Amino acid sequence: MASQNDMSPPAWSDSQLALKSIHLRKMTLEAIFEAGAGHTGGGLSCIDILNVLYNRVLKVSPENFDSPGRDHYVQSKGHSVEALYVVLADRGFFPVADLKSLCHYQSHYVGHPTRKIHGIEMNTGALGHGLPICVGMALAAQMDGLGARVFTLLGDGELAEGSNWEAAMAASHHKLDNLVAIIDHNTLQISGHTRDVCSNEPLDEKWRAFGWEVRVVDGHDIGALSTALTQRSTGPVPVCVIANTIKGKGVSFMENVAQWHHGVPSPEEYQKAQNELSAAETRIREVMA
Amino acid sequence: MSAPAPAMFSPAAREMIQQLGLTRGRANQEEFAVFLESLARENSNIIVVTSDSRGSGKLGPFAKSLPRQLVEVGIAEQNLVGITAGLAACGKKSFGVSPACFLTARSLEQIKNDICYSNVPAVVVGISAGVSYGALGTTHHSLHDFAALRAIHNITLVAPADNFETRGAVLAAAKAVTPTYLRFGKAAMLDLHAPNACFEPGRAIPVRSGSDLAFIASGETVVHCLLAAGFLETKGLHCRVLSMHTVRPLDEAALHQAARECRAIISVEEHSIHGGLGEACAASLMQSGLHPAFRIVGIPDEDTVTGSQADIFRHYGLSMEGLSDLTLKMLG
Ligand SMILES: Cc1ncc(C[n+]2csc(CCOP(=O)(O)OP(=O)(O)O)c2C)c(N)n1
Ligand SMILES: [Mg+2]
Repeated sequence: MASQNDMSPPAWSDSQLALKSIHLRKMTLEAIFEAGAGHTGGGLSCIDILNVLYNRVLKVSPENFDSPGRDHYVQSKGHSVEALYVVLADRGFFPVADLKSLCHYQSHYVGHPTRKIHGIEMNTGALGHGLPICVGMALAAQMDGLGARVFTLLGDGELAEGSNWEAAMAASHHKLDNLVAIIDHNTLQISGHTRDVCSNEPLDEKWRAFGWEVRVVDGHDIGALSTALTQRSTGPVPVCVIANTIKGKGVSFMENVAQWHHGVPSPEEYQKAQNELSAAETRIREVMA
Repeated sequence: MSAPAPAMFSPAAREMIQQLGLTRGRANQEEFAVFLESLARENSNIIVVTSDSRGSGKLGPFAKSLPRQLVEVGIAEQNLVGITAGLAACGKKSFGVSPACFLTARSLEQIKNDICYSNVPAVVVGISAGVSYGALGTTHHSLHDFAALRAIHNITLVAPADNFETRGAVLAAAKAVTPTYLRFGKAAMLDLHAPNACFEPGRAIPVRSGSDLAFIASGETVVHCLLAAGFLETKGLHCRVLSMHTVRPLDEAALHQAARECRAIISVEEHSIHGGLGEACAASLMQSGLHPAFRIVGIPDEDTVTGSQADIFRHYGLSMEGLSDLTLKMLG
């Protein structure tokens, strides 16, 4: 584990992180089930990304969250807050038990990220805000000569918001090589497939045309995500990581089903989901052994 | 699972609902969708524009049965309002439907310039308005929409209190030659009006008569005023309830009449206490030389308490109990 003053995340192996992802998926489902509300599909699709960020890539820790030189992460797709809370709790930003109050009267744990929670950089939830904020943060880090990097996670449906493209243009104009935009490319949004709602393909070409270095990866491959998120851009340009993911990843009946965007499992569905994840956990442990 | 969020009505309020014989209708945004579909079947000029919002807007059936009359633009509310304006400028009766929080904040400039200033007869439909989204937090609340839109010339603002008012508002908006903003919530509403009630934009609907105090309310808060009036009756107080569904233009005649005939006025709204119905009433009364005892009930100027819509209403006294207590205090 990281020492108190070390901003580097703990050293986990790929398989340890894969195991952790399953644990985090289970916790995410538990939080949503207990609260009786939440964004299930998009939470499960971005767990591996958040896991790799907080447990391998980001130079940020509960102890050093006030340090100006820390890396910044802003979750533009704020609705996947349960996944983020779970990853932060697991990383020690606050007690896991806090999540019991999710969405309760007078709880700070509301259904979108707020800075009242230790570890949250910015209040988000209205889509299309994260990238402009991160352009500001990346500019500030450059102005102050800090080596800090700034990361944001966007939904693919979210990319219809014009503010993203305004920020994309500004980021390459200002040569923000310390900025990384990650797209949770699960191809679904609330009303169905993004290609049917308002197509944004070809995504990679769009970002390249806006002057970004584009890396397309399997968003559930711990190793590939680690490389894509760790390596700095080869030129003075921002990086866009298009993470190809599966909405509802890890639970067979939730995978690629639009209705699970904010579906809450029934007690039976919840048990079935937890069982499937436990079985996956056993399989990884067997391979590790 | 932990305990479900407490319901909107206390046991005592539920009893009062029974006593008053109020029956349960649909959520206003659902009534809107069903009614608009019936209008659109007869009028192919009606076009709905959505921004990945058809689910919350209950427009799934509309999209299935009238696919050529629904335009989906993706998660892009500014684009949605611009497109709604363009359609209206070319003779379509366009309804742009999206959560009120995004529609009236992010797309405010499009509402101001493309719809209001250009004066096209478009309808801006804010769904899941006020604190309907409860525990999703402030990003999802619209407690600013009356204030923002009241400061923009040329748009009628309507927040219906029940399904009857919703149908009236939709029909009026469909016929209007100037811009309209319709504000709907996602909770099921109780039917408040007598069968012979009449809906007209800009004309408050009397829900209950009385001259000790008048509640002047809009949208989903009207029912709580009615329940409070029912409770206060048992204390010998006769309270008037006016559904001021149209926040602009305000029904000043009904307001001034209430000020002359009642000892006190309480305005109630699911909105910030700044810039909404309450301040509109206050300005009108002051400038007409009418000075009844007056209180504005709404969401105060603070970080909104977290919780469900019911939690938030109860916390700030937008409830039978809260409004009754305030009345008793004011009438001493
Ligand atoms: C400005 C804004 N408009 C609409 C919404 C409502 N909303 C929340 S999530 C969502 C769909 C998001 O789809 P996507 O970006 O693909 O996210 P994911 O699939 O990762 O969940 C919508 C429309 C919002 N939160 N903010
Ligand atoms: Mg998506």
